[in-house]
Order: sequence, then structure tokens, then C-alpha cells
Amino acid sequence: MNPSDTLKAVEIAGLSRRFGAKLALNQVSLQAARGRVFGLVGANGAGKTTLIKHLIGRLKAQSGSVRVFGFDPVADPVAVLSRIGYLSENRDLPAWMRVDELLRYTEAFYPGWDRAYAGQLREQFGLDPRAKIKTLSRGENAKAGLLIALAYRPELLLLDEPSSGLDPVVRRDILEAIIRTVADEGRTVFFSSHLLEEVDRVADDLAMIDNGRIVLAGALNEVKENHHRLVLRFDSPQSSAPKVAGILSLTGGGQEWTAICNGKLEEVVAAAARAGGRVVAEGSPSLDEIFVAWAGAKPV
Amino acid sequence: MQLHVSTGDGLPIYLQIANQVKYLVASGRLAPGDEIPPIRVLAHQLLVNPNTVARAYLELEREGVVQKRHGSGTYISDAGSPLARKERLKILSERIDALLAEARHLQVEPLELLRVIKERSQTIQPKENK
Repeated sequence: MNPSDTLKAVEIAGLSRRFGAKLALNQVSLQAARGRVFGLVGANGAGKTTLIKHLIGRLKAQSGSVRVFGFDPVADPVAVLSRIGYLSENRDLPAWMRVDELLRYTEAFYPGWDRAYAGQLREQFGLDPRAKIKTLSRGENAKAGLLIALAYRPELLLLDEPSSGLDPVVRRDILEAIIRTVADEGRTVFFSSHLLEEVDRVADDLAMIDNGRIVLAGALNEVKENHHRLVLRFDSPQSSAPKVAGILSLTGGGQEWTAICNGKLEEVVAAAARAGGRVVAEGSPSLDEIFVAWAGAKPV
Repeated sequence: MQLHVSTGDGLPIYLQIANQVKYLVASGRLAPGDEIPPIRVLAHQLLVNPNTVARAYLELEREGVVQKRHGSGTYISDAGSPLARKERLKILSERIDALLAEARHLQVEPLELLRVIKERSQTIQPKENK
């Protein structure tokens, strides 16, 4: 089988990476299916950028394996990089070039470059072709980086914290680009973000990374539907968080505590009853609450 | 058709979209035969993943709220929403709980609240079945 026939755009299995004493990635496994938007969620320093650098072959797997469209990014960089449109976290565009020079320069690397599309994006993003890169604002810089990642219509759009530190208008442009990439062309998007609101809007699937470890992965809808928020009331004030099996996090104090849990609701309710708590309210937690609950949960 | 999605909400976005379309049908703002926007158009408008909109439409189709017509688009069904009664009551109970809590806070007894609900219902009745 030709490696590019795989249905997975990204497949990572048992990837670990150590920088000195710090274990930056700890047995990471995840898969991103073609034609879908995959969101990698985590706090700053959780390991998102380290993981993404493995996808473009900038870091070699110390243990475990990394495949992009079935290819090893380190062994076969041309096969991988020709399929990826990449926007790095710090953009790193050549400061001395003008916008039009950047477009001509990048075009030379990619046979599939679509000049008309590049021109259309440049106008849509409001970028002056004669402006020097170093004079661009933060938002314009991000848009220029996004433009050159999109203009050769890559099979995989790979964005590392695309909207970090940008104003809402530019963030909207970036979200629109992600949506257009999957809607009109059926391509794959893999992006990292610490903004759960964005992930909630555009991701089909997500993985949550905390301290180099994937704590939760799955289809976004299922993740949201499988988690519950319960308010438990106890007959007497509890001086510390009551122990209830099946609960990820418990916050509050006195007689009322808020629990975030996943899995079988009846089992958690029964466990809470055994601990002396009854459910007084039930709801759906936001992605933020789910993430905080998992990031705080200890590995079992 | 104006919809709004909220990401702070724990409700999956596809359910938010589906529920709002049902609400628009129930309140008469969408009538049988009305066309709803194509998936891509609504995805751009709401700035959400098109797969999410597709999932919402699938849900609405499965429940008989909308119908796809070959090669044209998606339309509100003639039959209206045959949503199970239990389901409909479940959607309502959450709002009723909030209303009861508010009423208690304002020292309005449940019976008095019921009277107000009847009154309001009579006030808005004539606007239905236009």
C-alpha cells in the first residue's frame, strides 16, 4: 500500500520526548482523520508545540512513532512537507522582504501554488503588497503567515496557536480560513490552542494535553455529551472534598459541592448517595470546565 | 434565519442549532415549506465547523422537522415537529425550574405564577396560526 492511501492524516503512537530532566511528551498517542478538524488543547508549556514540531520533522521521535499521511516526517521530509501548510507559533517570516516578495519567494517552493487564490487572500486580508514584513502589525503578520500556508492548498493545514495574542477581527479571519479549508475543499486541519472557545467552534475531534500527557481525546460532541456537572448537597458541612468514585473534580465547600464527572451518570449518583450526598442540580459542563477537571485529575 | 451559538454552553453546538430551528418552527418564525440555508452558508454565518451544521441538519431530518429535496435544498416539513412529547417536556422543564426559582425569589406563589402563565398565553395566542 502506498503510504499516502491511509485514512489518517496524522498518526502518533507512544511518542515520548525528553528535554534534559523535563519529560515534554509522555507516551502520546493520537490520530487525526482526513477531512476533519482536529484541535489540540492545552495550557502554555503543556507540550503542544513540541508535538507539532514532530509532525513537520523538526524534532525526531526519541521513542514511539510519528506518521503524516503514512510518511515519517524525518525520513521522508519532502513527502510530508509538500502536503502541509504550516503556521508556526512565532510566524518567523523574513523581516526584510516585502509582502509581494514573500509571495513570489514562497511560490517557488510549491508546484501547487495557486497565484489567483494567493492574490484573492491577500486582498481579503487587506495586506499591502509593497509593505515590508517588519512593518506589519502582529495581526497582519499572522495573516501573511496564514496566506502562504493556504495558497498551495495543502492537504493538511497545521496551525500552532494560530490566534494567540491576536485581536478578535484577525481571530475571525483565521477561524474562517479553517472553516473554508474543510467546507469547500474537504482538507484536514490540525491546530493547537489554549482558547477552548475556538476549539469548541471549529473542531470535530480534540485531544487535551497536560504536562506532556494526553488526558482526554475523542470526538468533541461525544466528549461534551459524556461529561456531566452535578451539584451535590450533603446533610452536614464537609470540611474537605468528599470522596466520591467516578468524579473527576469536586469544588465547593460546606454542604454544597460541584462535581464534574464522565461516564455512567447513575453510577456516580449512586456513589454520591453512599457518601451522603444527593444531586440537587444537573447540567452540561463547558469545555473549559471539562479541561480544568481533567488537568487537575491525577492519573490512575 | 438568525441563530446564535454560545461556546460557554455545555450543550454541543449541533444541538444548539437543532434546538433553535425547532424553536423557530414552534414559534411560527419558520413555516412549513420555508428553505433553511445550505450547510456551508450557515457554517460561515455562525463561524462553526460545517460538519457540525451537517450533524444538526441530520438530527432535524431524523426527527422530521426538515426535509431534504433532491438537488435543491433543505426545507421545513409540512408535518411540523413530531418530537416525542417526553422530549418536548424535558426541554421545557429546565426553563420551568429556572422560572420557579425566580418566582420563589420574588415571593410569587406557584399558583399565582400559573395564573400569569395562562394570562400571557392568551395574550400571545392570536399571533399563532397566521
